Amino acid sequence: MNRFLIPLGAFVLLVVVLAVGIRHSADKGTIRSPLIGKPAPVFNLATLSEPKRTISNTELRGKWYVVNIWGTWCFACREEHAYLLEMKRSGVMPIIGLNWKDEDEKAREWLTQLGDPYDFVAMDYDGSVAIDWGAYGAPETFLVNPEGIVVKKRVGVMTPEVWNDFVSHLHAPKSNPS
Amino acid sequence: MMRAVWFALVAMLVVSRAWAIDPEELADPQLQERYKSISHELRCMQCLNQSIADSPVSLAGDLRREVRELLLAGKTDEQVRQFMTDRYGDFILFRPRFSSRTVWLWSAPFVMLLIGGYIAIRVVRQRSRLVDSDTDPVDDIMEESTPPR
Repeated sequence: MNRFLIPLGAFVLLVVVLAVGIRHSADKGTIRSPLIGKPAPVFNLATLSEPKRTISNTELRGKWYVVNIWGTWCFACREEHAYLLEMKRSGVMPIIGLNWKDEDEKAREWLTQLGDPYDFVAMDYDGSVAIDWGAYGAPETFLVNPEGIVVKKRVGVMTPEVWNDFVSHLHAPKSNPS
Repeated sequence: MMRAVWFALVAMLVVSRAWAIDPEELADPQLQERYKSISHELRCMQCLNQSIADSPVSLAGDLRREVRELLLAGKTDEQVRQFMTDRYGDFILFRPRFSSRTVWLWSAPFVMLLIGGYIAIRVVRQRSRLVDSDTDPVDDIMEESTPPR
């Protein structure tokens, strides 16, 4: 009797461990950003509309805003674009484009062709700002609160579900993640 | 013919550096050594189990540039690792650090060793007890059959 009890117990334990692991791995493909709950990295970059002017996200203090990391080399960004335009049309909050390692000319062409969902586009030519934001695969979209804290991060294309989740934070009584 | 072969060999030696995934080299050999070891410890986030030192992906190149700049700015290895985990989390380190979240990861081998050791001791004890309590005359016959010294 005892001979079978121990292997059986070990087996049950293994099943439990694996079941918990599978249950928790729904978002296993995306790595939780260490930026959540921390101040949004500050950037000072040239804008696409006026390359001589630099713009910083500190100017958005006091407002909810969205940062969308994109590039014309990014296939999924094209897929996502129509929905970004819809987000823009809703007028809920400003959408900042952080253009990752691109050329002005290509970026402009993209926006004239597909429409411009961005309040402004900051050009990260050498990719160092994208690293500050912990970007590893465009498109990536962040929600930043009026205190300048990163509240949410989406890796991959924006969907109505993700956007609704973003918007729900604006109406929450206290949406500051501790 | 021989000259052509020599030429090809020399040419391969000369260009190999430029064709490497990471052609950059720091002037200070000590710094270069640290640069090499750190960039082998950092995961390329876009690749499957490749370090940023081994990956031709553009982000890996950008991360190597950050590592070089931090080293040239006099940062310690630990500060470079901190810079990376602040942005990408523990996942970027191939050797996860000891923390409340990784405590099981690090202690599991020792826990298993203890369990294994306990089982081994129990089995050995049990077997030796069997020998002690064994009064079967066969053993005595065996002893008798050993040649006297």
